[in-house]
Amino acid sequence: MSSSDTPKVIPAEEQRPRRFSLGILSDYGIIFASLTVFVILSILAPAFFSIRNMLNVLDQASQVGLVALGATVTIIGGGFDLSTGAIFAFSGAVAAFIARLGYPGLGLAMGILVGLALGLANGGLISALRVNSFVATLASGLTIRGFAFVLTAGLLIQIEDERFAFLGRGRFLQAKISVYFFAGFALLVWFLLSRTTFGRYVYAIGGNDEAARLSGVRVGLVRTMTFAISGLSGGIAGVIGASHIATGQANVGMGIELSAIAAVVIGGTSIMGGVGAVWRTLLGVLLLQLISNGMNIINVPPFYHLIVQGSVIMFAVAMDSIRHRGR
Amino acid sequence: MAPNTHVTIHSVSKRFGGVKALIDIDLAIERGSIHGLVGENGAGKSTLGKIIAGALRPNEGEIVVDGRPVHYVTPHDALAEGITMIHQEIALVPQLTVLENVYLGIESRQAGVIQKRDLRRRFEELIARSHFDMPPGVLVSSLSVSNQKKVEILKAVARNARLIVMDEPTAALPDDETAKLIEVIHSLREAGTTIVYISHFLEEILSLADTVTVLRNGELIRTTPTQEETPESLVLAMLGRSISLTFTPKRFPPPDAPIVFSARDLCREGAIDEIAFDIRAGEIVGLAGLIGSGRSEVARTIFGADRRDAGTVMIDGRPVKVDSPSEAVNAGIAMLPESRKDQGLLMGMSVGHNVSLPHLPIISRGFMVERGRELRETTDLLKELDVRPPQPAIRVDSLSGGNQQKVLFAKWLFRRPRLLIADEPTHGVDVGAKRAIYRLLTSLAEDGIAVLLISSELEEVLGLSHRVLVMRLGRIVAEFVDSPDDHSSLTEDAVMRAAFATK
Ligand SMILES: Nc1ncnc2c1ncn2[C@@H]1O[C@H](COP(=O)(O)OP(=O)(O)OP(=O)(O)O)[C@@H](O)[C@H]1O
Ligand SMILES: [Mg+2]
Repeated sequence: MSSSDTPKVIPAEEQRPRRFSLGILSDYGIIFASLTVFVILSILAPAFFSIRNMLNVLDQASQVGLVALGATVTIIGGGFDLSTGAIFAFSGAVAAFIARLGYPGLGLAMGILVGLALGLANGGLISALRVNSFVATLASGLTIRGFAFVLTAGLLIQIEDERFAFLGRGRFLQAKISVYFFAGFALLVWFLLSRTTFGRYVYAIGGNDEAARLSGVRVGLVRTMTFAISGLSGGIAGVIGASHIATGQANVGMGIELSAIAAVVIGGTSIMGGVGAVWRTLLGVLLLQLISNGMNIINVPPFYHLIVQGSVIMFAVAMDSIRHRGR
Repeated sequence: MAPNTHVTIHSVSKRFGGVKALIDIDLAIERGSIHGLVGENGAGKSTLGKIIAGALRPNEGEIVVDGRPVHYVTPHDALAEGITMIHQEIALVPQLTVLENVYLGIESRQAGVIQKRDLRRRFEELIARSHFDMPPGVLVSSLSVSNQKKVEILKAVARNARLIVMDEPTAALPDDETAKLIEVIHSLREAGTTIVYISHFLEEILSLADTVTVLRNGELIRTTPTQEETPESLVLAMLGRSISLTFTPKRFPPPDAPIVFSARDLCREGAIDEIAFDIRAGEIVGLAGLIGSGRSEVARTIFGADRRDAGTVMIDGRPVKVDSPSEAVNAGIAMLPESRKDQGLLMGMSVGHNVSLPHLPIISRGFMVERGRELRETTDLLKELDVRPPQPAIRVDSLSGGNQQKVLFAKWLFRRPRLLIADEPTHGVDVGAKRAIYRLLTSLAEDGIAVLLISSELEEVLGLSHRVLVMRLGRIVAEFVDSPDDHSSLTEDAVMRAAFATK
């Protein structure tokens, strides 16, 4: 070979930085995004950066946040739970129904348990019948919301008893009780996913359920449990919601499951299943809440909130896809 | 530059993070030739193939096709130049039919509507051209691995590829199927197609390829005409040392060794019928038979992966309930499944988590995984099995194919089973690793484990097994016993005859 046709060598530096930064961006994009929004809002609105407002943000995020934590588990396990909005309403209605009989504490507890039970039923059904979880929970969600209407007779069940409002309005050391529930549930889910055998199994069935089964994982049982946790999260969020407005009613929590799934995806947990983490969901929830809180503070008309939220979700999904292609 | 050069590779390097997969490779591939690529697991063969086919981009260097430098961004760009690759792992859409897979993305269309009849006609021509026998209407998911490989080759041929990179196309093929495939490759060459052929079967490379390139640790050792090479010379170049390519003499278990495993009257409608056999402690029993004779089905039924209609499985003389893999694992049965990617490993998970997955209960306190212990024990095992690199934290899909196979072994040896079922245990591993796996199987047997071996490489079954059961149409039709003082009954000829049922 003569020296004249010696090929032009493309230096590595020419191609690497772009891919490199894109990889980092898509993997840890949620951190940059949250920080950016945080800094911008702190500069734009002095009222934003205060402990009081921060606790407020957390309180506002707590209901969606709880549902999103549940959704994290189902999504990592390769499923979707579209019934949590209905469970949210039904649990709140049950709580109010029992509270009206004179037992507010029992009502709240029962509301949570009902959420867990509905989640178990969802999971049991999906595993036993081997139906697609998306469709199954779409159907069960309709049914559950129907029962919520039956239970409340389509009316508001208002509860005067102060004790009923404790979960939603009570405070401990400045922070709302709901914030403690949110934090506690986040810890629980984090522990389950990253420290226990159950958590490993969730990742395994989400990654490839046949390979998981051939590894001795009891796929049906694990899948059922993921939906139980999701139902539980809907139940807790639902009673907090009902307690907050001191009312049980059937048409609350509409679409909360979708906001929750959006938060999970924005955090960078893959909708394909098998990968993801609790911290991602927490940041996703926070980012969405910061954006809407910030838009309120700087007086963006509410209609624009949807446009911004939609764009953020689209961006997050695109990032997820880029990350998959990079592999 | 020679006019007949199809693809030239100039000082190509490729890194994955800190791993140097290819270092300064220079290579010229002659048009219309079969160019063999050999090397150990992880040597960089697949990486080089992918770079040629546009599935990966080099960090440095340049690819020249037909005298013009090319910069592929996607495999699609390479296909436009007539270059495609058949990957080591099957990449078909299982829910689609053979026909749909073959013409995926290149369907005959009129105003956007797929012309089914025209597709059929094209398919028939394709079949005639490639001498393949393949029903167009069946779902790919219902095909055996070997037939799926054929579909992939059809797919490449249908795309009028002028250069096909074939990454271990015969890795799980039995000898007769391999022979057919090689015929096809010959006819492709006659039609002027250039083929880059990656394989661990050195004999195959030597008989098929015109030129062979040896890679070692990402470096190109040499490129020579195949007539100048022998299996021994290739091994020496690949490993940097020589190893024996013959099987070591078998060690036989004592005749009174206890029976560890028994199957009685296993039936599964449409798959297997009245399967009954025993395996003694220390015994390696081979299952031979043609593709579709029911070997893997026997394995899956014993392991509880497929429902069984009747029959009993016994471990140490006691019947055990194995209605699911989790019960089988608890009963001390382990199975390395046929397909590493779909059934064996969770490709998106780390190596360590894959290895420990079936054994989490024993390395947990309550429900909490003892992570320190997990890390320690998996690392030790990876080192013991010579997985490279022996790091539990990296993702399985960043390992080379052969190393993934070793991870699969690690997964099932973490807790020593009573019965080890190995379905295609050396699928895609290099000559050195193959010997290591043979040694491993032998030493496991010597430790008293019962081993059931299934392999499409008859040589492997004969070289390792103390007893071979031949299957045909879901039944065990013959048994050949090897013994220390009489090796005459277990021969290739006898086994093949029983498998084909010719007298
Ligand atoms: N996507 C990836 N990310 C990180 N490392 C990778 C990736 N793909 C390959 N490697 C590394 O590059 C090296 C070469 O891998 P390659 O798959 O080309 O080997 P190979 O020669 O095809 O081996 P085998 O015979 O086992 O298939 C290995 O060390 C492997 O671990
Ligand atoms: Mg390879």
